[in-house]
Amino acid sequence: MTKISMVYDLVRLEEKAIIEAARKSPRNVELRIFDSKDLYFDLSDGRRAEDTFGQVVLQRCASYFRNLHLTAILEGYGLKVVNNLDTAITMGNKLLLSIVLNKHGIPTPRTKLAFTEDSALKALDELGYPAIIKPTVGSWGRLVALLNDRDAAKSVIEDREEMFPIYHVYYLQEKIRRPPRDIRAVVIGDRTVAAIYRISTSGDWRTNTARGGRSENLPVSKELDELCLNATRPFGKGIYGVDLMESKERGLVVHEINNTTEFKNVMAQSKVDIPNLIVDYLADLSIELRR
Amino acid sequence: MTTTNCLECTAEIKVPSDAIDGEIVTCAECGTAFELEISSGSPSVITLKPAESVGEDWGE
Repeated sequence: MTKISMVYDLVRLEEKAIIEAARKSPRNVELRIFDSKDLYFDLSDGRRAEDTFGQVVLQRCASYFRNLHLTAILEGYGLKVVNNLDTAITMGNKLLLSIVLNKHGIPTPRTKLAFTEDSALKALDELGYPAIIKPTVGSWGRLVALLNDRDAAKSVIEDREEMFPIYHVYYLQEKIRRPPRDIRAVVIGDRTVAAIYRISTSGDWRTNTARGGRSENLPVSKELDELCLNATRPFGKGIYGVDLMESKERGLVVHEINNTTEFKNVMAQSKVDIPNLIVDYLADLSIELRR
Repeated sequence: MTTTNCLECTAEIKVPSDAIDGEIVTCAECGTAFELEISSGSPSVITLKPAESVGEDWGE
């Protein structure tokens, strides 16, 4: 019996599908599930951690801070968490991820960073309008704003100056000229297993399906697979949601990699059994660690 | 499928048989969202508590 665990805080379709896939798996897998909100830990004593969780834990917490801290504790106990703490830290912060993508020569939108209103406006003058401002930490398109001109930028930045200090870190990005869609690809282990187009609807320029965008299957081409694997290679094997745009000038560019990826739309459109692939990946990892 | 009652309006809330601890259910009558607490005993006991609102750090 291969014992693996999943920690979560929000039961989405993805979590239920993973539970069901483990139940039906022919791999003799026991998936233990833990609502992170019920857990508490003694940091000085992790002796029972492996008995409780097994060696491999799938991290599925929707709360970024809960996700990060829980991963740190479980890794501290010596367990293998998918994805690992370094990955969670880097992918949870758009600046840190941009640094890694640039360092490894992965095509990504041109990005500038500034810490004050004045320097942000200067950076935007160089970047050109329209541009995008994003919080370094955040998801589902929250507080991502399109800056059509300097007046719009000034208004948005003045508002941010009144917010919590993390929002005074101005992450500014060129607006890629692209069709009204982007791409979500799911990488499991060493393979891009499925992808979709996310198409913006109802006049919103953002394509997040959490914002009501619709999706269509996109067969995984060799080019897409190679780019996704190159972009995730610095983090090692894991389970990732890679977001890409089709730049009219530069071809595919990676703008985000998600550490705790949602995949219900990818699964529905591609018909790829992603939960089963996840369970297989975790079972293989557990067996590999026991060798 | 089992049922429980809304803590706000007492209307019946249906709980799917494959529901798991922490799952969110919404009252069809008043729209209030609750988190299920399912005890591990047999038979399991289902209780409701107000669901967490979407956190600023929630996402992928």
